[in-house]
Amino acid sequence: MGIPAYWRTRTQRYALVGEVCHKCGAKIFPPRDVCPECARPASDPFTFSGRGEVYSFSTIYQPPEGFEEFAPYTVALVKLEEGPLVTAQLTDVDPAEVHIGMPVEMVTRKLREEGEEGQIIYGYKFRPLLRSTLTPRPSGQAA
Amino acid sequence: MRDVSIIGFGQTPVGEHWELSLRHIAAQAVLAAMQDAGIDRADALYVGNMIASETSGQHHLGALVADFVGLRGIEAFRVEAACASGAAALRAGYLAVASGAADLVIVVGLEKMTDAIGNSITTALAEAADADYETPHGLSFVSINALLMRRYMYEFGVRHEDFAGFAITAHQNAVNNPYAMFRRPITKEEFVQARMIADPINLLDSSPVADGAAAVVLCPTDQARSFSEHPVRIRACEVGTDSLALHDRRDPLFLEAAYISVQKAYARAGVTPADIDLFELHDAFTIMAALSLEAAGFARRGEGVRLAMDGSIALNGRIPISTMGGLKGRGHPVGATGVYQVIEVAQQVTGRAGANQVPNARLGMAQNIGGSGATVITTILEA
Repeated sequence: MGIPAYWRTRTQRYALVGEVCHKCGAKIFPPRDVCPECARPASDPFTFSGRGEVYSFSTIYQPPEGFEEFAPYTVALVKLEEGPLVTAQLTDVDPAEVHIGMPVEMVTRKLREEGEEGQIIYGYKFRPLLRSTLTPRPSGQAA
Repeated sequence: MRDVSIIGFGQTPVGEHWELSLRHIAAQAVLAAMQDAGIDRADALYVGNMIASETSGQHHLGALVADFVGLRGIEAFRVEAACASGAAALRAGYLAVASGAADLVIVVGLEKMTDAIGNSITTALAEAADADYETPHGLSFVSINALLMRRYMYEFGVRHEDFAGFAITAHQNAVNNPYAMFRRPITKEEFVQARMIADPINLLDSSPVADGAAAVVLCPTDQARSFSEHPVRIRACEVGTDSLALHDRRDPLFLEAAYISVQKAYARAGVTPADIDLFELHDAFTIMAALSLEAAGFARRGEGVRLAMDGSIALNGRIPISTMGGLKGRGHPVGATGVYQVIEVAQQVTGRAGANQVPNARLGMAQNIGGSGATVITTILEA
């Protein structure tokens, strides 16, 4: 993937912006401008919450070029709470603790560096859902 | 549409051919197929190839190969559909003959994977996946299959070791195939203890990177007997497609493109799964064998893996698979694989499969899968 392609997909990678179909209500990620459910045009932006659960996962020991520094790392299909599956890396987690059904949330992380002179690519990864977002702290209490 | 037959074939041994270039292995297969068919000319040549531009820095394979084998001037071009490129080239050749546009067509599947060193081959293979939304996240092609395998094990209560039968059968059958890469059996213990590639897929779940070229010659069936004593009819060669990315599938554990191509093939040939005597499926990974058996109607959803546990896939079983070693044992030179599969089915249905002959094989099926199931091409052959 080159610089123009990274630039084109920036709102998807930074903010998980997809689309919604106003005919059938389907939430769409990644955006594709034609609803996969009813095949009608669907290009209205929809920002996903970033929360979901692990649908499947794999820890990679033999990485493609450019990802050597991260190996071993865990990739997953995440089922977003709005419906779609998304492909991403998991982060901030011990691979041995990952399981199907694990609640996760989107965070922005470095995806790769394109060499010493190249750009650094950022995008979404998913981490285990933090407890603090499940049980709000009493007001006034320090974090 | 005219009826189309295979009147000759040739293949190079699958393996690491450090001494041979892309064009040389192509020529070995093409010239062997031309000799087998007894021809010194052809109307067209179609090359199935996936990643020669990445491995050998070479596009434009149609003209390259046609010129190199002494057929300079004829129609020739490359066909690409990831790991299904070989069968896609066969489909192109089949259509050319069926339509009447050509009478003698050569189809060659070709891959020279050892020209690329190290992780660059992992990167090249990942180009079968979605370049905007899968590979930028560091997914290898193996890991995409691993996501399928993990979910399959979870949904259907299956253990990793339950898949062992696919790899063991493939290796056992490869022993007797002189063109196979791994001519040695493996044990269940070796399968269970093999090095992890992308959890839960280990080395012995996986087909190997390899060089190879395989070619067939096609002509109208009503002319086939004048070229060959063992012509093989192409009863069907049908294509189905699905999304590139797993995350865009309606149900990632069901190979919809395989189902579509198989149903079209059964309909065109006028047969049912019960009529198929053997099935050369696309066991790039053990999970793919299970999913392919299910999509083709040989097992219910979630039960494909059981056929590897109860002997159904053996040479004398209900539905023999990987009879000459499959992708796992013969090897998987990606763009060439679809043509190797078709040659192996042709050998079986003409009773020329040697020690691995499936008893009374008459009707055989091959299935070539591109990516994690985005392009699937199913071919049915009959002697």
